[in-house]
Amino acid sequence: MKGNVIKYERDNIDTDVIIPGQYLKVHDYAELALHAMEGLDPDFHSKVKEGDFILSGRNFGCGSSREHAPIALSHSGIKAVLALSFARIFYRNAVDGAFLLPIEIEEDAYSDISEGDEIDVNIHTNEIKNITKNKIYKMKPFSEIIGKIIEAGGLFKYKPD
Amino acid sequence: MNITEKILARASGRQRVVPDDIIFANVDKVMVHDVSGPGVIKVFDKLKKQGINVDKLWDPTKVWVAEDHFVPSADKLSAQNVVLLSNFTKNYGIEKHFKYGMGQYGICHTLSHEEALVLPGEVYVGGDSHTNTTGALGSFACGLGHTDVAYVLLNGKIWFKVPETLYFKLNGKLPEHVMAKDFILKIIGDISTEGGAYKTMQFGGSGINEMSVESRLTLCNMTTEAGAKNGIVEPDQKVIDYLVSRGAKNISLVNGDSDAEYEKIYEYEGSEMEPIVAKPFSPENISIVREAPSVELDKSYIGSCTGAKYEDLEAAAKILKGRKVKIRTEVLPASISIYKRAMENGLLKIFLDAGVTIGPPTCGACCGAHMGVLAKDEICISTTNRNFPGRMGHVESQTYLSSPLVAAASAVTGKITDPRDLN
Repeated sequence: MKGNVIKYERDNIDTDVIIPGQYLKVHDYAELALHAMEGLDPDFHSKVKEGDFILSGRNFGCGSSREHAPIALSHSGIKAVLALSFARIFYRNAVDGAFLLPIEIEEDAYSDISEGDEIDVNIHTNEIKNITKNKIYKMKPFSEIIGKIIEAGGLFKYKPD
Repeated sequence: MNITEKILARASGRQRVVPDDIIFANVDKVMVHDVSGPGVIKVFDKLKKQGINVDKLWDPTKVWVAEDHFVPSADKLSAQNVVLLSNFTKNYGIEKHFKYGMGQYGICHTLSHEEALVLPGEVYVGGDSHTNTTGALGSFACGLGHTDVAYVLLNGKIWFKVPETLYFKLNGKLPEHVMAKDFILKIIGDISTEGGAYKTMQFGGSGINEMSVESRLTLCNMTTEAGAKNGIVEPDQKVIDYLVSRGAKNISLVNGDSDAEYEKIYEYEGSEMEPIVAKPFSPENISIVREAPSVELDKSYIGSCTGAKYEDLEAAAKILKGRKVKIRTEVLPASISIYKRAMENGLLKIFLDAGVTIGPPTCGACCGAHMGVLAKDEICISTTNRNFPGRMGHVESQTYLSSPLVAAASAVTGKITDPRDLN
C-alpha cells in the first residue's frame, strides 16, 4: 500500500471533528466524505487523494461510536490511519466494517514522517517504508483476531474457528 | 474472577476467562437509535447485495429502539430517518420502539434504566458510545458501531477481548454539593481520556454503596470519556429495588468473587472531593470550580443521559428555587417519565419561575445537532459528557462540563460558580 501522508500532529482526534454531529443524520457515504475532518481541517476534502494515509498521535477516534467517522475517511480515499494509539470503537468500526486499516505506530515513525511524505505500508512484514526519506519503521502487528478479520474482509466475512 | 469476567465467562459458555482472551459473547439485549438504526439499515442493504440473508433478526424480543438524537425532527432528512427506523421495527417485528410524541420516550441510555430494559448480569450492547451507562445496574454494557450492531442483530453474539479492570474505590460519602459527576471528572482528570482505554472501569467502596443508582449511572456513563470498554458497579439491593419499582422480574445478580483480580486499584476519600469542571476542549482538562477561569458564560445546559436524570433535575431545582437565571438556561429532562415526575413534584415550576426554558427529551444540543446549538465564541456550562471542539455547536464555541449543581449555580451568576458560594 503506497500513498502520501496527511499529518495531524496532535492526540485525541475525536469523532466529533472527524465528522461533526450535524452530519449524523447523513447515511450517504459519498456525502459524508465531503465533510470528513471538517471540525479540524476544513481543507481536508480538497487536499485528500485516493490512497492517502492519515498520521496522528494518541487515542485517534475517541468519542462517539459513529461509524460515520471511518466511513467518511474511507470514502475520502484514506486507506489507513497510522496513529500512536486508537480509541476502541473507532478501531473496531474500521476493522469490522472493513473501511480502513488502523495501524499502530511507534514514536519514531510519528516524529519522523512528515506531511506529504510518500510511504509504503506492508501489513505482512509489519514495516512502513518512508520512500521520501528512505527509512523503515516498525508497526505494531495486528492481534490474531484483528488480522483474521482484516484478511477476511470484515466481520461478516470472518468465520470464527 | 471479577464481575465483568464472570458475566463474559457465562455469556461465552466458559468456566473462566482472563484478560486478553478473545471470546464470542452471547448478547442478552441490544439497542439502536435514530442515528445507529439507519446506519444498521445501510449495513443490511450492503449485506443483501453481497447475498447475505438479512430477512430475520436473531431475536426481535431482545431488541429495543429509541428516537433521541434528532427528535423532534430537526429537518426533512432526520424526519426521514425516523420513518426509516419505524419501517425497520415494523418489518422485523421489534415491539419495544419508544416513539417521540407517543408517551414514554427519551434518551436511549435513560430508557435502559427508567424502563428496566437491562438487568444485572446481562450482556447489553448498543449503537452508541455511552451504552456504558447501564453498567451501573451490574450488567456488561458496551457501545458498538453499526457493523457490529448489525452482526449482533443477525447472530446474537459478538467478539470481545476480555478487558483488564481498573477498580476505583471511593471511601466514604461525597460531601453535600459534590455529585457523582464531580467524582468521575476528577477520575478522568487523573487517568486521562485514554486512561481507561479498552478496559473496564469498576466502582466500589463505601462511597459507592451509599450512592444512589442514578449517581452510579453518571459514573458509568462517563467511563466512555476515559476510553473504557465498560463501566460497572456490583449490583446490590438498591439496584434490585430500583428495577423492581420499574416492573423488572426475575432478577438474578452476578457478583465478583472474593479473590477477584484487578489491574490497578485507585482509592479516593469522599470527604476530599470538590466540585469540578472540565474546561474546553477535553473532559480530562479539569479544574476545581473555585479555581476555574472567570469567564462570562452565555448559556447553562441541563440535559443529556449524563445530567438530566430525575436526581440531576432535583439538584438543579434545589439551587434555582427562588432564584433567577442570569444567562440563557435550558432544562431538558432525559425521558418523559422523568419529565412527568419533575412536573408532579413541582420542579418544572421552580425552573419556569427562575426563567429557564424547558425542552423535550433529546440528544440534539449535546451533540451539536439541533435544539439549541452554540454560536461562534459562545461559552456554555453543561451537564453533558463531552466538550470537544464543535461538540455543542460552532467549532469556536466552548463548553465547560459540570454537575447539575454547578451548572445551576453558574446559571444564577453567569460565571462558573461553586454552589457553596451562592448567597
